[in-house]
Amino acid sequence: MMWELISANRRRSLGLFVGMAALLCGLGYTIGAVVHPNGGGIIGLIFAGGLWMVLASMSIFGGGSLVLRFSHAKEVSPDIHPRLHNIVEEMKIAAGLEKMPKVYIIDERAPNAFATGLSPDDSAVVVTAGLLSRLSRDELQGVIGHEVSHIMNRDMQFMTLASIMLGTIVILSEVFLRGMWLSGGGSSRRYRSGQGGGGTQPAMIVLAIVLAILGPVFARLLYLAISRRREYLADACSARLTRYPAGLADALEKISSENIPLHAASQATAPMFISSPLREKKGGGISSWGNTHPPIGKRIAILRAMTQGAGLGAYERAFADTEGEKGLIPSASLKKAETVALREPTADDAPTSPADQERSVLDLMRAVNGFAFLVCTCGMRIKVPPDFEGDSVECPRCHRKNEVPRAKESDVSDAATVMAAAMGVTQAGGVAGTRSAAGATTGRRDQVLEYKRRGTGWESFSCACGNLLQLSPAFRGSQLQCHKCNRITRII
Amino acid sequence: MGGLIFLGLLVLAVIFFIGLYNSLVRLRNRVKNAWSQIDVQLKRRHDLIPNLVETAKGYMKHERETFTAITDARSRAMGADNVGARGKAEGQLSGALSKFMLVVENYPELKANQNFLALQEELTSTENKISFARQSYNDQVLFYNNKIEMFPSNIIAGMFNFDVEEFFEIEDPTEKVAPKVSFE
Repeated sequence: MMWELISANRRRSLGLFVGMAALLCGLGYTIGAVVHPNGGGIIGLIFAGGLWMVLASMSIFGGGSLVLRFSHAKEVSPDIHPRLHNIVEEMKIAAGLEKMPKVYIIDERAPNAFATGLSPDDSAVVVTAGLLSRLSRDELQGVIGHEVSHIMNRDMQFMTLASIMLGTIVILSEVFLRGMWLSGGGSSRRYRSGQGGGGTQPAMIVLAIVLAILGPVFARLLYLAISRRREYLADACSARLTRYPAGLADALEKISSENIPLHAASQATAPMFISSPLREKKGGGISSWGNTHPPIGKRIAILRAMTQGAGLGAYERAFADTEGEKGLIPSASLKKAETVALREPTADDAPTSPADQERSVLDLMRAVNGFAFLVCTCGMRIKVPPDFEGDSVECPRCHRKNEVPRAKESDVSDAATVMAAAMGVTQAGGVAGTRSAAGATTGRRDQVLEYKRRGTGWESFSCACGNLLQLSPAFRGSQLQCHKCNRITRII
Repeated sequence: MGGLIFLGLLVLAVIFFIGLYNSLVRLRNRVKNAWSQIDVQLKRRHDLIPNLVETAKGYMKHERETFTAITDARSRAMGADNVGARGKAEGQLSGALSKFMLVVENYPELKANQNFLALQEELTSTENKISFARQSYNDQVLFYNNKIEMFPSNIIAGMFNFDVEEFFEIEDPTEKVAPKVSFE
């Protein structure tokens, strides 16, 4: 059913896409015909198509990573936030994706999330630090389910191509209208006088102007309508994947109650976020036609109305009850109506006090940015910036000198045996022997580094190459490899 | 001319059937993949248990029975030689783990241990992954079975022995309930 929905979605998208393409071609042709009556139409058509292709290929080769760079998102390892990684993996399994999406965090307080990537095999889920600190496990799962649904339904692929189509239409009509305005009636007079009787037909000019004025408006409305529809669909899929619509509803409630602006968002990236990061017009009817997202209150109401089950059919019924219209989900995929049972909630464990939330946001931001965490004897937690070079820091509270933790050379010189012991592998004597001989000749590089953990909280130490390595409270491994010099440090 | 058209149509038909065959193979692989995903997660749960027991033992001195139930079910699940016995043992393991998670509530010191909290998150997530993997497996099976029964792919399926796959049914009712992790 999930899969049937995806194929139905793809067919529908193709239809809309063809409609937009026809609009673009028509615009290109009429403009060409006005500018040059003899054969100009074809040239205009080719020009419009070419412009779209150039813009589209530009966004395909670098679109995804560009968005990530614009929003200052940082890719994080599972150590930084184990729960986030777990939940993304849960949703990846539920959606049957072949590859795990990459996980990024933006260090901003505004709670929001988005997904990006042009194919399900090369995708990313991005959340803000503010979102992570406010939501409980179930709520976060709902949000990630929504984002993974976007990936599964190939929404980014489609929305990117559609938005470029829209952009091309806007550019073409703008250039044409400006050209007409600047030259006034002159251009038509020139053609008329220059070519005798074979001038541009007035009807064609009128048609071109009408298309140039109305085309962008229609294309924009079409684009926004698709965007809103896809949001509803992602909500429906999220409920289906998590089997717990209340989680997403609670999350949306929390997100909508915050009023913190998101700096990373722009007009172009707005449709990707779970809730619009821009100020949207409230209320229904015509005033909401210009929004990228459906009103958040309605989304919550629909999710809350799903009391019977978590399937797509249940969402469609709830949608029909709340919205008063039908047909969100293609009926072909609703025929084999399945019942998906709702899941029990996991106990709420979100930090409730604003102080706790604030602290966890700050910790997360620092961990993401490569800060080191030092706990002084007096209990003060000192955060050392990643470019700190000295050997010790003075505690701001008790003025004790604290050594900046660094991995130390181990007494055991034979790297191979240490590693084998650490991994619980008994190696054949011969192999270990040759390894240690090689270690002796290459010298220091095979020397094993050691770092002794101080506690169980956030900790970090610098590798011999100076790169800072993080240990999260969840770290339980016996060794850690530096991302820069690839040396391995034993954690004891 | 007529022969040429016939040849063209034949080539098109062959290409069409090759496409159908390939899509059936792809779907069958998805089903297999989804099945192995369940296995991966069950194995992950087995790997987590020694750590969990080791961490909790020091705090929970009076819960020997709970621990034995967990470790016994685990070794039975790992040693089972047929699917039925394995399913049963995994079901008992789920039951024992959910009981353990309830008992944990009586030990506030354990719940303050960062290491234990991390393990608890891993366990919750693994239980989720197991149930999501099953759900996804059933989705894939439904889609695959529909394809096999529908025209025209049913012709190819009949010719090349694509068989209908079975759904994953949960026999043991206790297994349906994932251990509830509560922090109250």
